[in-house]
Order: sequence, then structure tokens, then C-alpha cells
Amino acid sequence: MSEDTEAVDVIVVGAGLAGIACAYRLALAGRSVVLVERGTTAGSKNVSGGRLYTYALEAVEPGLTRAAPFERAVVREQIVMMDDDRSMTVSLAGPPAAAGDLPASVTVLRSRFDAWFADRAEAAGVMLATGIRVDSLLIEDGRVVGIMAGGEEMRAGVVVAADGVNSFLAREAGLVGELSAHAVGIGVKEVIALDAATIEDRFGVGPGEGAATLMLGCTAGVHGGAFLYTNSGSVSLGIVVSPDQMTASGTTTHGMLQALKAHPALRPLIAGGTTLEYAAHLVREDGWRGVPKRLARGGFLVTGEAAGFVLNLGYTVRGMDLALVSGVAAAEAIVAGGDLETAYRAALDRSGLPATMRAADGYADLMGIERLYRTYPGLVLDVVQSMFTVDARAPRPLRTQVRAAMRANHVPLRAVLRDGLVGVRSI
Amino acid sequence: MSVQPMSVPDLLGRDQFEVDEDEPHIVVDVRICATCADKPCVAVCPAQLYTLGADGALTFDHAGCLECGTCRVVCRAGGIVRWTYPRGTFGVNYRQG
Ligand SMILES: Cc1cc2nc3c(=O)[nH]c(=O)nc-3n(C[C@H](O)[C@H](O)[C@H](O)COP(=O)(O)OP(=O)(O)OC[C@H]3O[C@@H](n4cnc5c(N)ncnc54)[C@H](O)[C@@H]3O)c2cc1C
Ligand code: SF4
Ligand code: SF4
Repeated sequence: MSEDTEAVDVIVVGAGLAGIACAYRLALAGRSVVLVERGTTAGSKNVSGGRLYTYALEAVEPGLTRAAPFERAVVREQIVMMDDDRSMTVSLAGPPAAAGDLPASVTVLRSRFDAWFADRAEAAGVMLATGIRVDSLLIEDGRVVGIMAGGEEMRAGVVVAADGVNSFLAREAGLVGELSAHAVGIGVKEVIALDAATIEDRFGVGPGEGAATLMLGCTAGVHGGAFLYTNSGSVSLGIVVSPDQMTASGTTTHGMLQALKAHPALRPLIAGGTTLEYAAHLVREDGWRGVPKRLARGGFLVTGEAAGFVLNLGYTVRGMDLALVSGVAAAEAIVAGGDLETAYRAALDRSGLPATMRAADGYADLMGIERLYRTYPGLVLDVVQSMFTVDARAPRPLRTQVRAAMRANHVPLRAVLRDGLVGVRSI
Repeated sequence: MSVQPMSVPDLLGRDQFEVDEDEPHIVVDVRICATCADKPCVAVCPAQLYTLGADGALTFDHAGCLECGTCRVVCRAGGIVRWTYPRGTFGVNYRQG
């Protein structure tokens, strides 16, 4: 058994954005912190689509965005509705308003970004221990007093589980149950190298600027969608789909992404590129409903995606910003002392995270509309295509065209009304 | 070179792995899998590590695992008898993320 003098104030498990933010803030507050990461470097196990909202970096430390190695500032938002060979793109250009002259969101590649962030935490005094997988918690008299890794124990006043979506530690602590297949999406992604000038040409952006593109209707009817983000010298292309529905769809996650690369809307955007990496990761999709009732117990708390702090709004995923913000709240709770659960809830409330997640609660119902993933994109494309079809005949009224498209897509009016009602109620 | 649809082995060839030969981090009991009707792991695994033989029997290989955990959440029949992350420093090493 180790001596008390060897114990540190806090052990943070997982050097993702939540864990690094938490450890960094604890070190800045003068606490002794060990940040344990199973990868050989921080970021070497981490995957995201790639858009990070900068307000969260500023919440960790003002000025952090400017110092961060982000890829591009997002100045163009695109939504693409597609079926097998057609597509319709809505493109919004012009940077959204943000505080000061900071971009509101930036694209990132986690391997580079997390490594930089962890370096910064180390410089502030965090002891980063990479290449170590935490195997279990050390629990004595109902209190978490440390961790076990590779047969050795390490003690701390508080253990923070920032171990991401599969969080085995939060489960061991009894705060969360088994992860259900309904609660997650599987993300499969390729990073494809393209030179900067080509990216700027194809996406209509300037140097240092980038685009965020979300695609609907490209998932063989499976609940989900696809994303395309521009990096400095590459693009991140991926799908996120419900694993539950894959078997019935008759395709595979790999096949779906490869089919997307060959789609006429996508092919010209990635032509000439070289795939650098193939990655996969789960992401929570159950929003506030997936956040456990209790976030802490004696000597232990859970933060980041391990605590379910992710919002999938369809047109954007917010896991990285919520990870940062919740990591900061976890640090504040530990510094405040007293009952961890109470202090953590108070810190989270101050950050605005619970209010943000509750406000988006209805999106789960919206995303649950099955027709959103194949039928409606096809229907919209049919209607728009018929609008643009001109020949010698007198054009049919739009309402007739809409009705014809609904018939062709086997969508009864009452289904549209019902889905519309769900949609309106949920947003 | 143009971006083409790529095979799984070709895609995995772009990644860096440190395969743990001594201690597989996922263990599958194929006798249990024989009783699993829909075998959802096959369609979801992005690395296609769960494959069906001509006789319909399942085989699994842990080398090339992207550590997503998807097989674990879809496996209801219990064929995955162990699922952990690889031991420290082993497994996939993302250089982009
Ligand atoms: C395909 C995809 C696209 C996404 N797109 C976006 C996006 O565009 N914008 C956005 O904001 N969010 C996005 N997200 C969500 C976002 O990536 C996550 O919510 C976020 O990274 C969670 O951060 P975290 O710090 O909680 O966990 P993670 O980043 O997962 O970090 C967990 C860390 O813990 C380590 N770890 C785990 N277990 C152990 C252990 N036992 N011992 C030691 N270390 C351990 C891991 O190696 C990892 O470093 C996306 C997710 C996916 C899968
Ligand atoms: S964890 Fe992911 S990549 Fe690994 S075997 Fe399971 S589904 Fe395949
Ligand atoms: S889902 Fe589980 S039990 Fe079924 S075949 Fe796959 S690993 Fe075996």
C-alpha cells in the first residue's frame, strides 16, 4: 500500500478534451494532478468529426483559441440533401457573429489538437502519464480512493472519469448502466489529403477559412447522416449511423462510407485526394436523457462524454465544447470542496451546460423521425426537380407536383402531418 | 491519385497499429455466436473483423480493431465474452483523428 504522502490530490483518467481541461484548471488552481491516458500520446485514440465551438476554449482560459493549433475557421455552413444520385445543397456563407474577432467555430484534428492541449496542461504542472490503461477503481469503505493500472495502485483524493463514450469507470462506480445500442451512433471517417489551394477553390473559402458540410439521405435509410469538414491540408469525411439498424439495411458501415465517396455530389470535392487515415468511434445520441441522475460519489466524479454530455442536433454535433465546459466545471467542483455532487451541479449550472442540453431535448424526437433519412430527402429532391423541369407542356401547379411526389415516395399526407407535428414540437 | 472506394484492408493499411499478440483485448466465444441469429457485429464493425465463413460460422480477429466499441453495444447474445481497450500503448495510433 502506498504512503499517504505519495497520493496526489486528483487523478484524471483520459486525456481527451474533458480530461485535459479538468486537469489543466486543477493545476492552475494549485492542485497536484496526474492525468492518465492509455494512448502513447494524448489524442492518439481520439476521433471527432472536427468542428469545435471556440466559446468553450475561451471558457477554459481566455485567449486559448488564438494559441490553439486549429485547422480552419468555419465561414461556410452547408446542408446537402441527397438520394442515390441527386443532391441539393443549402449553403450559408459569411462567418457567424462571435465575440471579438474570434471565429465562432474552427475545425480540428484530434491527434494534433489534444497533444498540444496536453502539452499546455503539462506546462501548467499536470503530470501526464501516457501509455497506461486504467483497469479499475480502488474503492475502500464505499469511497473511491484511487485507481488500479497494470496491477499497481495509485491513490488520490478524487478520481475524475473523463474516459469518453465507453466509460468503464463510470459504470464500475455505479453511476451509469450499460451503453445501449439505441443511445449511440457509430462514426466512421476518412481523412483525405488535399492541398490548401484546392480546398479553398472547391469550397469557396479563403486561406485559413473552411466549410462545415452535413449530409442527409446518404445512409441507406438508416438513422444518421454524413459530415465533411475542411482541414488545413485535408478534409474529414465520415458517416454517423445508428448501429442498431445496420443489419436490416443490408449494407455495412464501411460500404456506406465508400458509396458516399463515389456519389456525384461528393466525388468532385475529394477528387485527386489521398486517404491518410481510416478511423471509427462511437458518439452518444441520447442527449440530456442519457445524462445519469448522479454524476458523483465519494471521491469520484464523471465528466465529458463519459457523463453523456453530447448534443447531436443533426446539423452539428456538440461533444467537444461540452467536454471542455464540463471538464472545467469538474475542476471547479473539486476546488470548491464539500459535497462533490452538489458542487459539481452548481458549477455545471453556472456554465450553462444543463440548460443548453435541456433546451435541445426535443431533438431526439426530431431525429427519431425515420422518414428523415431516406423518404423526405427523396421527396424534396423530386419536388425541386419537377420545379426545374421545363418543357413545351403547361407546367402543373406546385401543389399537384408535391402530391405526385408524395405518392411516388409512398408518403401519405397524415404521415407528413404527424412528423411535422413532432418536428415543430421538438424544436 | 484519385480517391476511389477502398477495401477495408487497404484502408486499415493507412493506419498505424501496435498489435498486442500476447493479450487480445476482445475475446469472442464462437460457440455462443453459433446461436446468434442476426449477428449484428458483422455489418457494424468498420474494420470487418467479424466475418462469416461459407458454413455461416463466425470468425473474429482483433488485429486491425479501431477500438470503437460498436460490436460490444450491439452484441446481445453474449458472444463477446471480453471487451476491454488494449493494454496501454497497444492498439491503433491515430495520427489525424
Ligand atoms: C464521428 C464523430 C464525429 C464527431 N463530430 C464532432 C464535432 O464535429 N464537434 C464536436 O464538438 N463533437 C463531435 N463529436 C463528439 C466528440 O468527439 C466527443 O463528444 C468528445 O471528443 C468527447 O470528449 P471527451 O474528452 O469526453 O472524451 P474523449 O475525447 O473520447 O477522450 C477520452 C480519453 O480517455 C482515454 N481513456 C479511455 N479509457 C481509458 C482508460 N481506461 N485508461 C486510460 N485512458 C482511457 C481515451 O484514450 C481518450 O483519450 C464527434 C464524435 C464522433 C465519433
Ligand atoms: S471495437 Fe469497433 S473496430 Fe474493434 S472489433 Fe469492435 S466494432 Fe470492430
Ligand atoms: S453479435 Fe455477439 S453473439 Fe452475435 S455473432 Fe456477433 S459476437 Fe457473436
